Amino acid sequence: MVGPTAPVFFYLSLAAPIVAAALAPMLHRWLGHKAGYVLALAPAFIFLHFAGYLGETAAGSDLVPGIAAGGRFLFSVPWVPSIGVGANFYVDGLSLVFAMLISGIGFFIVLYAGGYLKGHEHQGRFFSYILLFMAAMLGVVLADDVVTLFVYWELTSVTSFLLIGFDHRRQAARRAAIQALVVTGGGGLLLLAGLLLLSTVTGTLSVSAMLQMGDGVAASALYVPILLLVLGGAFTKSAQVPFHFWLPNAMEAPTPVSAYLHSATMVKAGVYLLMRLNPVLGDTLLWETILPVFGGATLLTGAILALRQTDLKLMLAYTTVASLGLLVALTGTSEAEIIKGAALYLVAHSLFKGALFMVAGTIDHEAGTRDLTKLGGLRAAMPITFAAALGAALSMGGLPPFLGFLAKEVMYHGTTHHPDVWMVLLTGVLILGNALMFAAGFTVALRPFLGPKVETPRHAHEGPFMLYAGPVTLASAGLLAGLLAHLTGVNIIGPLASAIVYRPVEVELHLWGGFNLALALSAVTLTLGALFYWKLACVRAVVASFLDLVGWGPDKGFDQFVGGLVGLSTRVTRVVQSGDLERYITLSFVFVAIVLVGGMSAFGEWTGILEAPDLTFWEWAVILMALVGIWAVLVATSRLTAIVSLGIQGFAVALIFMLFGAPDLSFTQFMVETLSVVILALVLTRLSLVKSDHRPFWEAMKDGAIAVAGGVGFAGLLLTATSRPFNARLSDFFSEYSLQVAHGRNIVNVIIVDFRGFDTMGEIAVVMVAGLSILALVRHRARGVTGTEPPREADAPTEGEA
Amino acid sequence: MNTVIFRTIAPYLAVLMALFSVFVLLRGHNEPGGGFIGGLIAASALAIYGIANGVPSVRRAIIFHPIHLAGFGLFLAVSAGIFSILIGVPFLTGIWIYPQVFGIELPLSTLLMFDTGVYFVVVGALASIALTLEERD
Repeated sequence: MVGPTAPVFFYLSLAAPIVAAALAPMLHRWLGHKAGYVLALAPAFIFLHFAGYLGETAAGSDLVPGIAAGGRFLFSVPWVPSIGVGANFYVDGLSLVFAMLISGIGFFIVLYAGGYLKGHEHQGRFFSYILLFMAAMLGVVLADDVVTLFVYWELTSVTSFLLIGFDHRRQAARRAAIQALVVTGGGGLLLLAGLLLLSTVTGTLSVSAMLQMGDGVAASALYVPILLLVLGGAFTKSAQVPFHFWLPNAMEAPTPVSAYLHSATMVKAGVYLLMRLNPVLGDTLLWETILPVFGGATLLTGAILALRQTDLKLMLAYTTVASLGLLVALTGTSEAEIIKGAALYLVAHSLFKGALFMVAGTIDHEAGTRDLTKLGGLRAAMPITFAAALGAALSMGGLPPFLGFLAKEVMYHGTTHHPDVWMVLLTGVLILGNALMFAAGFTVALRPFLGPKVETPRHAHEGPFMLYAGPVTLASAGLLAGLLAHLTGVNIIGPLASAIVYRPVEVELHLWGGFNLALALSAVTLTLGALFYWKLACVRAVVASFLDLVGWGPDKGFDQFVGGLVGLSTRVTRVVQSGDLERYITLSFVFVAIVLVGGMSAFGEWTGILEAPDLTFWEWAVILMALVGIWAVLVATSRLTAIVSLGIQGFAVALIFMLFGAPDLSFTQFMVETLSVVILALVLTRLSLVKSDHRPFWEAMKDGAIAVAGGVGFAGLLLTATSRPFNARLSDFFSEYSLQVAHGRNIVNVIIVDFRGFDTMGEIAVVMVAGLSILALVRHRARGVTGTEPPREADAPTEGEA
Repeated sequence: MNTVIFRTIAPYLAVLMALFSVFVLLRGHNEPGGGFIGGLIAASALAIYGIANGVPSVRRAIIFHPIHLAGFGLFLAVSAGIFSILIGVPFLTGIWIYPQVFGIELPLSTLLMFDTGVYFVVVGALASIALTLEERD
């Protein structure tokens, strides 16, 4: 049973890729690359489930309105109810289309990965990563709660990192992975701040509730910071200028990753977010300025740089950057007619770009190279791949009857609807960008296949079913969706556009709309595109010479940024962490002395604490004993004597505890003193120091002053604190309930193990970890392995001898 | 420190101290004592034995590596907490039973288990530090 009438299947859809990811390594061990067939069942199941939401009525019931009839569905699971965070999910036209793209394309990607990485020793791991990514991406587009959304958003960054760096033995792959993580992760932090501000302003964590508030956010004082922070997240994820550089570098990943994450799904997460928040943040002057400007700049930058490349994947990557720019620019208009074009282009792009990437991968896999200059005449050897490439390129170029054609018509129709200066400019940018992408698309789809046969590194032949199933299906889907324009419009594009503008939008699509302005602009685009294709060598030379002239790009800037950051942190660490134990201790005590003495002086707390206490003679005797211990420490000639003398003072304090009715404390103090003397003595024997501690006079004075100041500060603090009236509420509570509730007469022990048991658990964990660390440190030194900077104690003997 | 007298009495002293530490642990709920103090006493016992007779004999005597004892202690303490969850009360709530052993009512509780865990963590962590420092290599 599928569709929204069975919520359990919705949760199963969320869990299915995770379960599949867990099983993947095992299945790969049993079935080899054929595990792809089994694992692809997970996305297939998800796709079928979400297909049940389409139409006028949802599958399984005539009473539940489907997405086409304006149906919206909320699924809630409590997560952290105390702060209102829920694992809540929301399905409307926008999230549904994304979910179907993710699962539908994901199905073919899993198959494709089965063929593409056949025989790779870590193919099972690869399946796991890509399925985990699928789970994360589904979460991003379905999440209703902003915290849930953010968690899934970060998961896509993390899984993308793992996938880009999949071939981690190559330095380029590692660099690309780190770069993508830094850029998208950094953007994620901005997004988190933006979302939290947004939820403060709206008073809700639910996106669907925010949607209902209309222009409330745009009128608030925090609108500008919210917008900029959210855009920071969306622009980094969707590779907008000037953050576009990570996306082409991400092509270091195996091709299934490029086809899936870096064209069809993940990079669209930013676009998704903008579309999702359009009703909340959009329709303002700022929104309608920033988005079209950055989107347009990205469109042109990406499209121009694409023509410069000779690597098939890089070429596609730059056109992806361009397409994302186009989507951002269109979304930024907040104009329903133009949004329809964005909705169409979104679907069309996912289909044709996914297909083209897989084609590029298949060529690479079968011919051994994806360099355009080394490819040609493959049409006879790879006819099926060629057909798929052609179908995808026709959609990308915007030729009828493909979906890409409809997208182009509708966007031109929208931008020429109410012509003003901005719209004319935008239309011009769109025409130029589309023409450049037309040229790039056909370069990828035609150049390797046409012309005379070129000798390739591998003897090229048609790839296996797993490799061509995806491109053929996706390219056909682009054709079919175009041919069935009316159905596509009503069932998919209409609900999608309605969700973006948050009011019902009628979408009537026809392949033939008569002779109008949009058709004329299409003709201009095609002519221009054909011209670029024809003069490709010329365009490439111009772009290359321009780039050489500039000589600096954001990619180089990223390296400089990271290098500078590492240099800065090294310098800061050198200042803060000198590695000199003496300096650490001096700093700590000086700080304590300043805070205590200075603080008490500032608040005038010294008065009235210097009264002579009323003590018996044996109490005075114990205090005298402590003083004798301290005096012995000061005059001791050897370090060992000093440590033992310190023990005398400690025992005296333990006696004081005993005299004043704290046997547990006293008991512990005795043991701690004994053990610390023993352990300190042992440490001394290992450190091989000189026997006595000779300091220059001024150093002894300085250390003495710090010690006295710290001691006076602590004594003053304790005296002041105990001179206040004693609040007995806690002691009364514990003495009353200790026996009654916890069955123990020793209040101290009952507090430790029962009332405050959780604290104690944390404390013993700390003791355990401290023990482990000291053990490791001592062993480390014992083996003669020292760090870069040996501690000063190790140098002491040589100093003493000198 | 390595006098004949010390070396002769140290093993007996250590055994007495170890026994005393268990006594202190068990009486802790009602009289001064408890896992923390007991653990400290036991750690001192091991340290004294080690100083007098060498670390290898201590390691032989306690069979397990002291840091394993500490790990076991933490496990015991956390298990005592989880036991409460299994019964359906909040984490670390004290559970008491009063079985009759040889006709005497013996109060047992997850608190005792928890305190024993504290004992083992303290003795394990401190003994592993002390023994490692005592070892001359």
